[in-house]
Amino acid sequence: MKNNNGWKVNIYLWELVKGLGVTIRHMINNLTGRTKRATIRYPDEKREIPLRTRGLHRLLKRPDGGARCVACMMCATACPAECIYIEANEVEPHIEKAPMRFDIDLLRCVFCGYCAEACPCDAIRMDTGVYSLTGYDRKDMVITMDKLLQGKGMEGSRPDDLPPKTLPGVFRAPGAGEHKH
Amino acid sequence: MELSLSNLQIEILLTLVKIPIVLGVIFTIVPIMVWLERRGSAAMQDRVGPVQAHVFGFTLWGFPHLVADAIKFFTKESFLPSRANRFYFTLAPAMVLAPSMLAFAVIPWADDIRLDTWDTGLGYVWSAGKVVLEEGLVIHNSIARLEAGVIYIFAISSLSVLGVILAGWASGSKYPLLGAVRTSSQMLSYELVLGLAALPIFLIYASLEPNQIAQRQGEIIWFLWIIPLPKWGFILQPVGCILFIIAAFAECNRSPFDLPEGEAELVAGYHTEYSGMKFAMFMTAEFVAMITMSALISTLFFGGWQVPYCNTQCLQTFFVKILPADMWQLSIHLTAGLQVGMFCLKTAFFLWLYVWVRWTVPRFRYDQLMHLGWKVLLPIGMANVVVTAIVMAIVYFR
Repeated sequence: MKNNNGWKVNIYLWELVKGLGVTIRHMINNLTGRTKRATIRYPDEKREIPLRTRGLHRLLKRPDGGARCVACMMCATACPAECIYIEANEVEPHIEKAPMRFDIDLLRCVFCGYCAEACPCDAIRMDTGVYSLTGYDRKDMVITMDKLLQGKGMEGSRPDDLPPKTLPGVFRAPGAGEHKH
Repeated sequence: MELSLSNLQIEILLTLVKIPIVLGVIFTIVPIMVWLERRGSAAMQDRVGPVQAHVFGFTLWGFPHLVADAIKFFTKESFLPSRANRFYFTLAPAMVLAPSMLAFAVIPWADDIRLDTWDTGLGYVWSAGKVVLEEGLVIHNSIARLEAGVIYIFAISSLSVLGVILAGWASGSKYPLLGAVRTSSQMLSYELVLGLAALPIFLIYASLEPNQIAQRQGEIIWFLWIIPLPKWGFILQPVGCILFIIAAFAECNRSPFDLPEGEAELVAGYHTEYSGMKFAMFMTAEFVAMITMSALISTLFFGGWQVPYCNTQCLQTFFVKILPADMWQLSIHLTAGLQVGMFCLKTAFFLWLYVWVRWTVPRFRYDQLMHLGWKVLLPIGMANVVVTAIVMAIVYFR
């Protein structure tokens, strides 16, 4: 069992004492408060998450109150986990296509963000900052359109009236793109 | 009112009183060791440790977790693996716990107390006068007094190896068997080193009885002829002390020698298949063995109950000097109390050392462990004995 450490290290006793010194230094620094311990006491304390963290989804609204979503199915198509289910219909009198049902199965969702990237209307975003999703039943973990419309972006996230930066070419200013008849 | 008791009766009475007290103390220290392990290791690793259990909102630094542990152990299902040998499976934890507890019986926590007529001096225990005793009653401050005390400890500790093998084999599954085989061979190897490291102590202090060894560590030797040092074991036998401490770590299966319980290697070694109270007995046995070994280290090498530079005589005369004449009997109790305090301090330090080293050093691989025990420590131990014997012969026959 040869190694290149030399006999002074292989005696191990002095190395042990040095190691004990490291440990006791950590302990004293932690006990006296000179260093802060690394533990985050969830759920009393929570880690600060970056603004781009992809959390629970939310659907954004137009200025007049309806959902921005035009049920183009781009998000459902882009989703790698096939977790978005949309049923579309027209809404009298002027909206050609709007979602009647918009369900996301959160147990299938991998939170990749492709749906938010794919959306041409900035209708779906994942900036709520909610990462802790719980439920007692599988049924409870399918989030429906009404809950999605109630979501709010986290503090400091992009305001609702500004589009996402990823799709500059397809930005429509608020109010633009409403049907002209 | 005068009561006349013979020495034998007094001794039996006192032993009956001592046993529950000592057991109580040991079984209180075990949960405290668990707490120390958890919070101390957390402090060393920059984390907080378990503080969630609370009593009416008071976290109490994590102590309620010990109660939670006790409840958990009592209420867990205690099952028997299908291929296990039922009798030995149930017997094994007891066979590991009993020797660890028994070994503590000869360890002294204070010096002998010499009494003639015992007026307690505290005034309130026997309110109606004195107990008349025979000449020369000596109260031993250990549960038992055996002339071959330390040999008794080594012999009894070896029995726990049997319990480990039994646990591993009777579990009826592979990981425990492997763990038990490793544990038993490790414990056997380091028993040798333990004995050899302690042997020069018996030579130097010319006794096998722990209390006499502790008493004889009260003298002063003159280091380099000018520095006075107490004649403690680690000063006269530094090599032996280090060997003994290393072997004590290996005996208790503590890091860095804890391969038998290494989770990455062996799930949990010989106590894999145990749950509930039986597992609690294994854990308790480990901590009680730690307590016994710490007490033994401090008795053999660090003076045990000795206050440095003050032996029993010196302390008692000091207390007689400062107390008024009608409280002179109190000096005996005060001396004993001080000595108990020193003993507890030293044992506590070594218990802390066990925890400290565990969280400092990575564990040894099994072949490294065996190599260390047989090829490194055993020859050093033997050389130590020879050198000590030669030096003692020279000193004695000069």
